[in-house]
Amino acid sequence: MRHPGLIRQRDKASADTLARLRARIARIERIGGAQQVVCPLGVPAIDEALPWGGLPLGALHEITGVAERDLAAQSFAAVLLGVLAQADRGHHGGRPVLWIAPDEGPYAPALPGFGLDPAQVTTVRARRPTDALWALEEAVRCPSLAAVLAEGPRPDFAQSRRLQLAASESGVTPLLLQPALDPLPSSAAVTRWQVKAAKSAPESQMEESGDETAGSETVGYARWRLALLRCRGGRPRNWLAEWNHETSCLKAHRLEADSLAVAADARDRPDRAPTRSTCEAA
Amino acid sequence: MAGVNQAARALGITPVMALADARALVPGLGVAEADPVGDAKTLGQLAGWCGRYTPWAAVEAGTPPGSGGLWLDVTGCDHLFGGEAALLDDMVRRLHRLGFAARAALADTPGAAWAWARFGDPGDPILPPGGVKDALADLPVAALRLASEDVDTLDRLGLRRIGTLYDLPRAPLTARLGSDVRRRLDQALDALAEPISPRLPAAPFSARLAFPEPVGLPTDIEAALERLLAMLCSRLEAAHLGARRAEFTIHRADGSFDTVAAGASRPSRDPRHLMRLLAPSLERLDPTGPDGHSGVEVAVLAFPIVAAFEAGQRAIPRFSAGKLALTPRTTQRDPEIAALADRLAGRLGPANVRALSLRESHWPERAARRHVLLDGPPPISAEPRHGPLRPLRLLVRPEPVEVTGAPGRPAVFRWRCFAHKVARAEGPERIAPEWWLTLGARPAATRDYYRMEDRAGRRFWLFREVDGENGPAERWFLHGLFG
Repeated sequence: MRHPGLIRQRDKASADTLARLRARIARIERIGGAQQVVCPLGVPAIDEALPWGGLPLGALHEITGVAERDLAAQSFAAVLLGVLAQADRGHHGGRPVLWIAPDEGPYAPALPGFGLDPAQVTTVRARRPTDALWALEEAVRCPSLAAVLAEGPRPDFAQSRRLQLAASESGVTPLLLQPALDPLPSSAAVTRWQVKAAKSAPESQMEESGDETAGSETVGYARWRLALLRCRGGRPRNWLAEWNHETSCLKAHRLEADSLAVAADARDRPDRAPTRSTCEAA
Repeated sequence: MAGVNQAARALGITPVMALADARALVPGLGVAEADPVGDAKTLGQLAGWCGRYTPWAAVEAGTPPGSGGLWLDVTGCDHLFGGEAALLDDMVRRLHRLGFAARAALADTPGAAWAWARFGDPGDPILPPGGVKDALADLPVAALRLASEDVDTLDRLGLRRIGTLYDLPRAPLTARLGSDVRRRLDQALDALAEPISPRLPAAPFSARLAFPEPVGLPTDIEAALERLLAMLCSRLEAAHLGARRAEFTIHRADGSFDTVAAGASRPSRDPRHLMRLLAPSLERLDPTGPDGHSGVEVAVLAFPIVAAFEAGQRAIPRFSAGKLALTPRTTQRDPEIAALADRLAGRLGPANVRALSLRESHWPERAARRHVLLDGPPPISAEPRHGPLRPLRLLVRPEPVEVTGAPGRPAVFRWRCFAHKVARAEGPERIAPEWWLTLGARPAATRDYYRMEDRAGRRFWLFREVDGENGPAERWFLHGLFG
């Protein structure tokens, strides 16, 4: 027969051990340590899902779901970029950011809608993934930058680990955009998100229902199905997010749908198979 | 015949002969086709090669073709080679080693040097300062760079030596022969200035380093560049300037040369930064040359573009609409970011690193400005407008889409082979082209823009063209994507 007190003690001891081990791992990985600077997104529903209470700075974040016709992933990354650029309040008006893309990059008049001043954005066009990765590595080592958004690099695990180390040393936050591959390549990223366009609603009814079917004819605020696929020390979660470009305000409503469904959804990539996607559109 | 070499001349063959006559004279005559284009190209290369002596080297095309040469302004350069005679000697010897038969002369004016190089005494190539008039007096008038008709006319008049022209009254001479003879004479005698235009603009800041003997190790080249950078950067500092462009040239013993260049987005005089910019391309410089046997004799570093150097300029607060707006209009000029931009531009190409800004314009193509950072400080951005939403990505040019549905209310549009069912649409937002910018040219059509969302929630920016008389046409284009 077990003694209840002993179990409690053992639990406590193992909890202590666990906490110690976690702290040690975090120290080794240089994430979540005492000096870890965190940037809250200002969205309680998302911040509470992140073990740091926000997005850790100087850490590699991966955003998947890039597609030819769906800029939801880029938009979410731009929102994060805007938040990160403003994160350091000691620096007046936000710090410069770099946007690496295989094409012309973002359209400047859209950037104020993401809380970004076009003048603080430098674009880099790198047509080849190797060039994009090189540019990203160079940028991550430049501590004057707040963050780097990179579309195009395809780092393997070792390369992503190197990026993560460089970021933790410089404090620059790299945001790596990836297409929704299946399976996704392993990576040393601290968080991995997936973003996909969702139908908008003419008026924001997120608080009441989170229902994405209601609506009339006009185009509402941008909505995304947002999934935290992986998070060091945290658990996967899903949201329906809405971005109000007028007030630069992100709202999120937690979805209870299991992550498997979202992952399956991600595999459904209409732009890869025109014939099938015509049906999907219909 | 365009030209003959010395051996042929010794056999009595002159360029005025017909080829058949010459062959009759010397049956085994070697003949090669004249190649004026190739000659000009070789002369250009030689002018570049002469950068080892002076930055002020020019190609003289010459008439008739093939009679051209090179002009070098060696003012202030000769002492580097141990005097004028030593410089000429060195040049002719090296050219000879490269397989060129060359004659050189040095005089007060380009015209006199031209004459002396072709018609003067090869044993005494240098005309002393002020001695031009005496020296040229005995030369034929052809030494004045005259057209052959002018030479013939002078010949008929019995004026065969340049000296006979000295005392002729100007007016009748000009009346008889045109102004050319007088002008050439004045140029030769320094009565009329004749500037030499260098083949490449001479950089105001340049330095050269000559090795005692040819070097072939990349580390030596690197060390030479470091020394040259240190030299020139201290000169820049004294002049309160910074370099915007650096060009590093190596001259090999075989006469070939190679240049690498790098640009800086912000004037720099930090030798380490400039070294970092040039370092990646140094690998492309092969000190041993294409044949692998040569070595580098001379290294030249030049800063062709310099600009005022600003030491640590800070962001200037901007006032807007009554409140203090501290927007980072000048963050692009943060030194570390400028250094990063230079490195990125060095590998990816200057056109691929750009600063974004807004322009006061409603026309979508014009509203965004993408400024190449290496071209200098980015322009001041216009205030963001609080208007209708703009797409995160604008297509390079609008792409036509097939549309089905009622006029003005597409139900389905097909873009890049894939149909999108329109679930929601918002519009139109009418944007007219800025006709005052395209005066004279055919103005673009006015556009009615719509935001459309398909059944999956993807959003697109489409427009249809509006014809001034007939109203909107059902010609639809996709111009951008929202996120």
